[in-house]
Amino acid sequence: MNNLIQYILGIADNALILGQRLGELCGHGPSLETDIAMTNISLDLLGQTRSYYQYVAKMQGGEATEDTVAFLRLEREYKNVLLVEQPNTDFGYSIARQFLFDVFHLALLEELQNSKDEMLAAIAKKSIKEVLYHTRFSSDWIKRLGDGTEESHNRIQTAINDLWIFTDELFHQTDADKAMVTEGIGVDTSLLKSNYYKKVSGILDEATLQTPVVEYFQKGGKQGIHSEHMGFILTELQYMQRTYPNMTW
Amino acid sequence: MKNWPLWEVFIRSKNGLEHRHCGSLHASDATMALENARDVYTRRMEGVSIWVVPSAQITASNPENNGETFEPAMDKAYRHPTFYELPEELKHM
Repeated sequence: MNNLIQYILGIADNALILGQRLGELCGHGPSLETDIAMTNISLDLLGQTRSYYQYVAKMQGGEATEDTVAFLRLEREYKNVLLVEQPNTDFGYSIARQFLFDVFHLALLEELQNSKDEMLAAIAKKSIKEVLYHTRFSSDWIKRLGDGTEESHNRIQTAINDLWIFTDELFHQTDADKAMVTEGIGVDTSLLKSNYYKKVSGILDEATLQTPVVEYFQKGGKQGIHSEHMGFILTELQYMQRTYPNMTW
Repeated sequence: MKNWPLWEVFIRSKNGLEHRHCGSLHASDATMALENARDVYTRRMEGVSIWVVPSAQITASNPENNGETFEPAMDKAYRHPTFYELPEELKHM
């Protein structure tokens, strides 16, 4: 059961942290329309997170609730990839991060629908429509910015280049992940990799952008070893529960 | 983004009903206008279909001409079909 919990956290924490990052844009989006669009995506992701955490809390039993899973863990206990914790440096970075995650997320959920774990399969089935839209939204923006003005082209290319080093980690597998794959519950992400890069490159091509080539990729998030941004995200995320323990509303 | 053209948004709330104007928004092209309309105007299950129309394509009546345009209709109550006896079974007329 512990492997299953760890496996689910590996998926759910991505949605939580990316949802939190997008939530920061509430009231700060570049236009009213994109502001609402990105906070909609944030809420989709937080809704998905809740389904996963409720399931985890049920397995943990005792006093555990979706809130304790979300708010009362230490940094090392969050298993999200480094990509989703990267900051909203500018609109280009927010879109690039979203795009690089969405393409992976969609492929993952497509496979997770066939999980032997009925609950996971059901969550995946419900989430996939939302993520289809996220992928459309971020892909369209990649093309618009890449094929837009010289300024937008340069800035989205810079964001893609900077975030590219975090893409390989999406396909890393922890021991818990491997155990779940063996049991037919988890998705073998190594099988998604070549298609992912093919799809991403295709859209970058269409957007007149270069697909970066790098030798060294960053990793660590899936093991709980996060970038310096993570502490700040958790400070904001956990503030209420840490300051007023057990508070409800 | 200040230079994005304005679009008028029409939403059909149910199959069988007509599209109704619900607001406007900015977008650089029709695809983006549809996506923005989806995000801004259908977050609470308001619709099953969206139309977007460039606001510039709408020809509007001039408020300065409201007198001759609308006022002549004001005292012509006989144009309302309210003087007919309706059978009991007829509802929703």
